[in-house]
Amino acid sequence: MSKAVTIYIPCDAAALSVGADDVVLSIEKEAQQRNLDIKIVRNGSRGMLWLEPLVEIETANGRVAYGPVTQKDVQGLFDTGFLNGGDHKLAHGLTENIPYFANQERLTFARCGIIDPLNLSDYEAHSGLTGLRCALAMSPQDIVDTVTQSGLRGRGGAGFPTGIKWKTALETDSDQKYICANADEGDSGTFADRMLMEGDPFSLLEGMTIAGLAVGATIGYIYIRSEYPRAVKTMRRAVEIWRDANLLDNKTFTIHVRMGAGAYICGEETSMLESIEGKRGQVKVKPPIPAIEGLFGKPTIINNVLSLASVPIILDKGSGFYQNYGQGRSRGTQPFQLGGDIKRGGLVEKAFGMTLRELLEDFGDGTYSGKPVRTVQVGGPLGAYIPPSDFDVEMDYEELTEVGAMLGHGGIVVFNEDVDMAKQARFAMKFCEVESCGKCTPCRIGSVRGKETLDKIIAGDNVSDNLLLLEDICELMTDGSLCAMGGLTPMPVRSAIKHFSEDFKG
Amino acid sequence: MVKGVKAIRQICAEHDDSPDALLEILHKTQHKFGYLSKESLIQIADVINISRADIHGIVSFYDDFRREPQAGPCVKICRAEACQAVGGETIAKHARDKGIKTHDVYCLGNCALGPAVMIDNELYGRVDAQKLETLLKART
Repeated sequence: MSKAVTIYIPCDAAALSVGADDVVLSIEKEAQQRNLDIKIVRNGSRGMLWLEPLVEIETANGRVAYGPVTQKDVQGLFDTGFLNGGDHKLAHGLTENIPYFANQERLTFARCGIIDPLNLSDYEAHSGLTGLRCALAMSPQDIVDTVTQSGLRGRGGAGFPTGIKWKTALETDSDQKYICANADEGDSGTFADRMLMEGDPFSLLEGMTIAGLAVGATIGYIYIRSEYPRAVKTMRRAVEIWRDANLLDNKTFTIHVRMGAGAYICGEETSMLESIEGKRGQVKVKPPIPAIEGLFGKPTIINNVLSLASVPIILDKGSGFYQNYGQGRSRGTQPFQLGGDIKRGGLVEKAFGMTLRELLEDFGDGTYSGKPVRTVQVGGPLGAYIPPSDFDVEMDYEELTEVGAMLGHGGIVVFNEDVDMAKQARFAMKFCEVESCGKCTPCRIGSVRGKETLDKIIAGDNVSDNLLLLEDICELMTDGSLCAMGGLTPMPVRSAIKHFSEDFKG
Repeated sequence: MVKGVKAIRQICAEHDDSPDALLEILHKTQHKFGYLSKESLIQIADVINISRADIHGIVSFYDDFRREPQAGPCVKICRAEACQAVGGETIAKHARDKGIKTHDVYCLGNCALGPAVMIDNELYGRVDAQKLETLLKART
């Protein structure tokens, strides 16, 4: 019998949500009936989510893509000889040549969708561990300097320079330091952390380990939201494999996985630390900053999953390599995520600087519903609604600020013409009411009063006075809240009123 | 109840009876018994040496923890923006009209393939009212 044909079918939660497991069963059954020798590898997702389940066949020329494949397509695929890369109505040619994929700049997600997520030798064969090996030969100061020079900024939303945070922890003396990976990816429209943890978990572990070497931390925690059960499972297994591989010679770095329990606020760093300590996830006053006094009162680096997973390639290829991507003060690449009413939703990793319009039109190809776009919300539930007149904004930290928006975690949610912006503004306040930790009054009470005031506006009750009152509440929440939850909730509200005032006439 | 006490003590022991592992302990206890009974919480508080008031404060803070047994599957419907943009609200309304017990959640991380629903930890995408009914029927 000839050599088994390798078939890649993702085990990413998004692919599974549209039937990837069923497709695996059908393909196995069909191959058995036809007496064909196949080997199925469960990879992560390539990020072209509209093509999921995306089935790839390994051929001499590279992987050939078929998608979206359903169970009822399987027989037809075998009939047309898809095991040899044969043509079919679901065929897209070589995966690497699909424009959506080919036009990206994959650094952080270089391996995602390509390797078997839990195969460490596969990881190593695709440039994994080289960053760690470089770091092991460097002094802590040199590692921190490299990360600082790369220009990497926090991908969680705040955009704080990662190297500066590390420097602070390095320079703080302590008998114990910690690294925390913030995987509490709660923003609607974002799924990059999940995709990475399910598709290339070792890159996060490598990034955390390098962070540990850099600042002198020996314990790491990954705090993953409970809404991501598959990511939790994959990371727990990856941690075991990583530990057993004993990669650090005489040094130690122990990683624990902690699962959240359904509180959005635990994505806020001080709240996350409280939660890891087994307490209510309530926000703490800063200072002291966590890099000086964090988990259990010790210096703690808290970085987003994407920030940490970008570190190995920076160490491997040098700060200059990474720094060459991007523009202005936004260096490197950003994994953007296209969601909502979008035809080609998925993950697009590109250097900072492409326009929002390019993302929506060239990659997203318009709406899923076919209706015109009315607005997009960038940066999660605390991000601004951007009108089509601003779609030429260049996607980086500073340019988005210029148009009154923010990048956040890079999520982009598309709304069609049916959206009622007064309702979206009300939702922003309601979301804050539901998810507020309750510690500070502007957030806890402001969100409730904001929601009530919007209800009056929607009902046509004294609209102009209530709009003034709402602005007052927004100002108070922005200036007086303890963290970004209450502080940024006014951003979607104000942007909705500013750009879509016609929806606020009662 | 004696059997339950033993199981809880074992769960706590797996985490060195450490108060900082409380969330893990609560998750495991809920997984084992289906919910967190008053007796379970008293036991856990006792073993890891925190007050009953503290454990009540912690359990009530997090949406995941149930104080009552749950009848039927746990159905979470995403009510966040990306799913709103593709009609997630209509599924929620359908479920309400049909008397299906659901939980509102804000983002399941399936924003490109919404509306998203999670049933007993299994994620589903591109769900409409009919698909929800089919999925639930398959579980009964």
